[in-house]
Amino acid sequence: MTSTQIKDAPPALGEAPRGGQDRNRRPLTRRARDWLTAFLFTVPGLALFLVFVAVPILYAAYVSFFKWGGFGSPSDFVGVDNFTRLFQDPVFLGDLWRGLLLVLLSLGLQLPFALAMAVLLNQKLRGRAVYRMLFFAPYVLSEVITGVLFSMIFAPDSGLADKVLGAVGLDGVGGLWFSGQSTVMATLFLVMTWKYFGFHMMLLLAGLQGIPPELTEAARIDGAGTWQRFRHITLPLLGPTIRLSVFLSVIGAIQLFDLVWVVTQGGPDHHSETMAVTMFQFGFKRYQMGYASAISIVMFLISFVFALFYQRFVLRRDTEGALTTMRGSR
Amino acid sequence: MPHTTPSSLSRRRFLGVVSVAGLGTAVLTSCGDSDSGGGTDSQGRTVFEWWHIQTTEPGKHLWPEQAKAYEKAHPDVKIKLVPLENDAFKAKMTALVGTGKLPDLYNTWGGGVLKQQVDAGLTEDLTDQVKDWIGDLLPASRKAYEFDGKTYAIPVDIGAVGFWYNKALFKKAGIDTPPTTWSELLDTVRKLKATGITPIALAGKEKWPGMYYWAYLAIRLAGVDGMQKAADAKDFTGDDFVKAGEHLKELVDLKPFQKGFLGAAYPGPTGEAATMGNAKAAMELMGQWAPNVQKSEGKGIGHDLGFFPFPNVEGGKGKSTDVFGGGGGYALRKGGPKAALDFLKWFVGPDSDSRLVKEGGMIPVNTKAKDALTDPNLKAVFDLLNNSTAFQLYLDQAYPPAVGQEVNDSVAALIAGSKSPEQVARSITQVAKNQ
Repeated sequence: MTSTQIKDAPPALGEAPRGGQDRNRRPLTRRARDWLTAFLFTVPGLALFLVFVAVPILYAAYVSFFKWGGFGSPSDFVGVDNFTRLFQDPVFLGDLWRGLLLVLLSLGLQLPFALAMAVLLNQKLRGRAVYRMLFFAPYVLSEVITGVLFSMIFAPDSGLADKVLGAVGLDGVGGLWFSGQSTVMATLFLVMTWKYFGFHMMLLLAGLQGIPPELTEAARIDGAGTWQRFRHITLPLLGPTIRLSVFLSVIGAIQLFDLVWVVTQGGPDHHSETMAVTMFQFGFKRYQMGYASAISIVMFLISFVFALFYQRFVLRRDTEGALTTMRGSR
Repeated sequence: MPHTTPSSLSRRRFLGVVSVAGLGTAVLTSCGDSDSGGGTDSQGRTVFEWWHIQTTEPGKHLWPEQAKAYEKAHPDVKIKLVPLENDAFKAKMTALVGTGKLPDLYNTWGGGVLKQQVDAGLTEDLTDQVKDWIGDLLPASRKAYEFDGKTYAIPVDIGAVGFWYNKALFKKAGIDTPPTTWSELLDTVRKLKATGITPIALAGKEKWPGMYYWAYLAIRLAGVDGMQKAADAKDFTGDDFVKAGEHLKELVDLKPFQKGFLGAAYPGPTGEAATMGNAKAAMELMGQWAPNVQKSEGKGIGHDLGFFPFPNVEGGKGKSTDVFGGGGGYALRKGGPKAALDFLKWFVGPDSDSRLVKEGGMIPVNTKAKDALTDPNLKAVFDLLNNSTAFQLYLDQAYPPAVGQEVNDSVAALIAGSKSPEQVARSITQVAKNQ
């Protein structure tokens, strides 16, 4: 969206040089004016970014080297103590493991499921608009509502889940759900899938509709079977959308907070705690701002490094030419 | 389009990543900036701000009404009420303590947090100004606001923790009198279980209800003095604290709690209060608010509800009349207006306090207002407080926040079976020493 707008937009930018040689021939004042225009346009956004994103991050990084209870200004410098403590804390190491588990489950189960549903609902099907809406609806609900809803559904014995299982003669199948140390993550993932698969399904559906039907048609005429058409036409052409879905899933899993906080607060006994929950516990319950900042910095670095690498190596071919840069040929 | 959509989305998302990661810390650092000054208004009235946390009924209407009533009797005073939700209040106060300027009259729970403010020279010493009338207030209610024999805040609310039990279910299990010793309590649990009744409701998700057991056991074993000594020395590894954990483990090993208690909240339709209120468990260890919450979250058990103090532990240094609890009060900022203190004196005076008791469902802090109390359950709590031999403030208020949370966390781990009594004592000590 942005890229097309900028390309058609003001003459100062629209008449940008084609290739490096052009650029060198143009008068210096003109180039300076281009830069000035670009600069002026970015100032408001840049200012907001600095004040609300860059400064807090840098401040968090600064605070993470202190032992600080939130009173006054940080003064008790402890070096990398917070970080060494962090990587010795079984709860935090557990957070990392649980984060990885959620990422793997999201990619291994949730996405394929969303893809299957998208492909299914891309067929000519009676009432498919209704299905699409139904599957997408959970995504619109707030995390808090979802959390409250499912803590009632999965209440041991008295909840809807156990009642339904009991009614069909599966009394022993239900159980502790969110209340059991060994069942909580599975239950949590179930709820996450319920909530988020519709969103990924919608993304993938949009991607599917961008695939020209002529291609599939041609393949069919050439004698390609259903699986072959899916494997060699749909899947490759859906690549950009799938790569985006993966990106969003991973980042979402790393930063999971609200759902967990509402349903279990990280319990029982830390068995569903995530990095963000641990950060909240230390920041706002224990008022150990230094330690909490250290957690937020580690979280930031993980997301940041992942995002950078993913952009650089995976999304690159999808974004090529779509990003506006001031250099190179356009 | 198929190309630009992912890119713009992912860039936005990327920025989202950056900002969300920063958000936590942005919230950590950017708290309120509200001015907290008092003074005189254009009509020459003394104006002071009153920060309180009564955002739910009945306090929501009682507090402003009482302020109005006082203003009517004192036309030269204007009270500016600043109601704040509990957590928002704490966050704002944290920020204000940083600036060194507190509201004229502000809510406090006493203990460690108030002590920090006193040590920072931000809170008025009230000792001499209140000595004529402070004797009317329950000694147990004043305890949390006194340091080195000096008074720094006036209590308005007071309560205590004890066992709330279902008389009908006790009777069904053949138990005639509530237990008075720990081994009797264990027997009671066994009898209830044998009858097929869930003995105890517990909100495992919230951790603090579980902490009450450990804390009370520690109070009975070490005594309130022993608790103070441990807190001062930042050492909870003493025998009494390990034993407290061992006794709690005896109870946990009987599996006395409702199914799925580790995930249960305190409020809500499947929470601890509702489990009690719907007569699905025989008892809970909870504060004076328990009857109300049982009624609002469940059906309530009416006259079947009874109260007994936490049982004595054989061989402990504490007495069965030592009480664990807390309340709320108000402190004056250093150099705060005299009118604010005069208002407080009136607010906890017999007439005003009687109204708070009758309409606010509170337990009187003023002994002269005790006749206003009619509810038999609250009377039981009042008697407990009135006859108390020693008073221990809630641990998360008495200790620095990190220590209080570690007590909650470690005891929750003990109840879940992942920490031994020794490990609990060691974890708490480690965090305390690190403060």
